[in-house]
Amino acid sequence: MAEKFTKGAARNIYYGGSLFFILLFLALTLHTTRAAPETSHAENLTESVARGKLVWEENNCIGCHTLLGEGAYYAPELGNVYVRRGGDASFKDYFAAWMKIQPLPAPGRRKMPQFNLTDQQVDDLAEFLKWTSQIDTQDWPPNVEG
Amino acid sequence: MTASSTLKFASQSVAKPYFIFALILFAGQIVFGLIMGLQYIIGDFLFPAIPFNVARMVHTNLLIVWLLFGFMGAAYYLIPEEADVELHSPLLAWILFWVFAVAGTLTVLGYLLVPYATLASITGNDLLPTMGREFLEQPTITKVGIVVVALGFLYNVGMTVLKGRKTVINVVMMTGLVGLAVMFLFAFYNPENLVMDKFYWWWVVHLWVEGVWELILGAILAFVLIKVTGVDREVIEKWLYVIIGLALMTGIIGTGHHYFWIGTPSYWQPLGSIFSALEPLPFFAMVLFAFNAINHRRKEHPNQAAVLWAMGTSVMAFLGAGVWGFLHTLSPVNYYTHGSQITAAHGHMAFYGAYAMIVLTIISYAMPIIRGQGQAAPNRAQITEMWGFWLMTVSMVFITLFLTAAGVVQVWLQRLPESGAALSFMDTQQQLNIFYWARELAGVIFLIGLLVYFASFFVKGEAADVTAMKAARARAQI
Repeated sequence: MAEKFTKGAARNIYYGGSLFFILLFLALTLHTTRAAPETSHAENLTESVARGKLVWEENNCIGCHTLLGEGAYYAPELGNVYVRRGGDASFKDYFAAWMKIQPLPAPGRRKMPQFNLTDQQVDDLAEFLKWTSQIDTQDWPPNVEG
Repeated sequence: MTASSTLKFASQSVAKPYFIFALILFAGQIVFGLIMGLQYIIGDFLFPAIPFNVARMVHTNLLIVWLLFGFMGAAYYLIPEEADVELHSPLLAWILFWVFAVAGTLTVLGYLLVPYATLASITGNDLLPTMGREFLEQPTITKVGIVVVALGFLYNVGMTVLKGRKTVINVVMMTGLVGLAVMFLFAFYNPENLVMDKFYWWWVVHLWVEGVWELILGAILAFVLIKVTGVDREVIEKWLYVIIGLALMTGIIGTGHHYFWIGTPSYWQPLGSIFSALEPLPFFAMVLFAFNAINHRRKEHPNQAAVLWAMGTSVMAFLGAGVWGFLHTLSPVNYYTHGSQITAAHGHMAFYGAYAMIVLTIISYAMPIIRGQGQAAPNRAQITEMWGFWLMTVSMVFITLFLTAAGVVQVWLQRLPESGAALSFMDTQQQLNIFYWARELAGVIFLIGLLVYFASFFVKGEAADVTAMKAARARAQI
């Protein structure tokens, strides 16, 4: 480092540079927040979807699964599970049956606990997963397996 | 509280319970890591007593909390010394220690003893839902408790800085700690819209680990380097500004690497890719900083174990956060690796290298002084500590390599083929068992390293001698 590069210069770059990028980040945040209703199809975010998100959170589903690639890597991605498991035609029936038979009696297989959800909760959770599958994720995941 | 003759200020010794409790939680984190590692292979291990999600929550929450204890201990130790005054209120520090320790323990017991949904219900999550999001699983009342502890803590160290010298290290440390507390407030914002939830969730997680925590890391490292090398403060402070400047100038917009696939606009792909590709720079600067300072040292400090930790944290942070982060940060790559075992590999080495190791660095430097052992632990204790260092660090390298290999195969089988040809998630996992076994074995060695490290605190012997320690370090580095 050259002699000219003093502590004062380093300090000014730190403060000035940080301030600039904080402001840029805030501007981008504003834009992203304004774009979110469109990219997330907020018009389809019903009360059932909102209740389903709470069911998702209060049972710590993220502790095993990923949702849009974020979470734990122990169990399948669920952002697109609605598409993977039959979509409009059969997802809800599949999902309700699946939740009822947990944990699967397969020795050595990774286990999903029985959460004892009510029919209403299962339906809300299904609505939440359906809504999530419609978010514009720039074509992620690469294929249906998530 | 036993004030030692070698402490500059008696109140610095309040760091001791923070350090000890941090290390106890660290041990718990590793035990639960091993449980999870086994559950990856033997799926019904400890089921239903400890389901995977519970083990994971305990593993990651213990990590966060022990690092917070470590940061607070570091602050209580270095801020009075830098400010050249006694801590504003050692009593407050003790009270907050017990509040945080009890609240943290109760929270972990809650995770382990009742179903998560019950915990959510009895703590009134419905009133202000904040639970069930990765790393922020704590009940809302625990989160409120964290804020209260943080405010009391910031008041205590803030008053200390105001009364005394405002060194660059103290100002940077305070900026980092205040930033930590401020960003945590976004943990209370949980909108119904998942896209916005995820967007602001990263304001806590990313702006902690790739933002304000780097200020804390830099300040602690700078403090220890001044102490163990005797290098001119002006030089160290200039480096510190360069490092934290690079960290924030790359890391803030670098948040964009989390905004590729969660329902945010597409411009985050180029922005996130470019800026996060630059994120290794502050870590590279940190390596140069540490090695330069040590090469230009003006004295031989008797605590060579602390010198080893300081060098180690810069190298491992660069590898884990810098190199392993870069591996999968460009959006065309991340499209295939997002949420795979590659992510897990990066997470492990980055957290260990940057944050676990910096806390172990300050503990290594400060504990002998707090314990009244003089400037350093006895030689034999330091050699034991260095064994712990190498066992833990090398096994973490192997954990990272095995998880990376698992991730590459996972991407190959599950992500690259078209729908129909791709293997399902569960079938893919079956193919990765060999890597998971190897990772578990490396994890066991990590635990052994941790036990050796703990043992070093109890090794007695003659006072530290610089020449012998240099020889030992040279041998250890072969």
